[in-house]
Amino acid sequence: MIRNLFAAALFAALAAGLLTAAIQHFRVTPLILHAETFEGEGGHSHGEAAVVADHEHAPGTAEHSHADAAASTAAEPEEWAPQDGFERTAYTTLATVLAAAGFALVIGAISMFANIPITFANGLLWGAAGFITFSLAPAYGLAPELPGMPAADLFARQLWWVGTAIATGAAFVLLAKTRASWAIAVSVALIAAPHIIGAPVAPDEPSAVPAHLATEFAAITLGTSAVFWAVLGTLFGRLNDLFAARSAATPIGAIA
Amino acid sequence: MNTTINTTTAVSTSLSLSQRLIAGVLALMLGLTLLVGTGFAGDFRLHNGAHDTRHAMGFPCH
Repeated sequence: MIRNLFAAALFAALAAGLLTAAIQHFRVTPLILHAETFEGEGGHSHGEAAVVADHEHAPGTAEHSHADAAASTAAEPEEWAPQDGFERTAYTTLATVLAAAGFALVIGAISMFANIPITFANGLLWGAAGFITFSLAPAYGLAPELPGMPAADLFARQLWWVGTAIATGAAFVLLAKTRASWAIAVSVALIAAPHIIGAPVAPDEPSAVPAHLATEFAAITLGTSAVFWAVLGTLFGRLNDLFAARSAATPIGAIA
Repeated sequence: MNTTINTTTAVSTSLSLSQRLIAGVLALMLGLTLLVGTGFAGDFRLHNGAHDTRHAMGFPCH
């Protein structure tokens, strides 16, 4: 059974992730690249300084000359990043598929804990709940962000993001289990609480990124996420149905 | 898993509580590891490799 859950989650994530990566390649990444051209020297660094500062030699490591290291890995600056073009696209595709697998396994786990199977019949509902939990609710406080836009402290934003996702997701699980009036009240409170507490506020600085890029980015990323979640939920449910039917048809004891 | 002591029928729909808990914990651990790695980890290699995905999926990035 565990194998069925993992197989369904991973196949659905692979398909939904690859589709999403394709949309990202044509509609999202161009906006990120465009925004990066506005990132000024005064803006945030990607941590180059931190890398230099962190550079310590572990005890016992032979001293090395940095010139040699640079020569041996010619194209590697002080901080590695995928090269623009194929390499960057490949990494983005991989990261998107892995994130898709992460989301699929998390909703698979929730379905196990809550004892609500993900099926073809309710897959779109799972997708809608996933979209609201992991995309829409966090974006309601932290709008999709382009490189170069002013933003609050990273850790504070990550904390708020995670807290919002947990609270919103918990509300959906509760509503799926019971429609008692107390449950509805608790769910509303759970969904509203992160927004009443409020997301970390970005410093009031002028953005390096033109407004039309930022609005386009917000709309396209949310739209892409909606497609991702609809496909993931539906496909996950379809595969669950398929594997369950296959297991049931297998003679007892034939599968370890 | 390999303890197929399920009573003959309906393997498909009703899982025992312990089966669900084991599957859920395993899936949650792997899923969260993947999400932390792609969406949240501070390591610059993970950050830069997953950079465009983080922005595209709405994770806080910079």
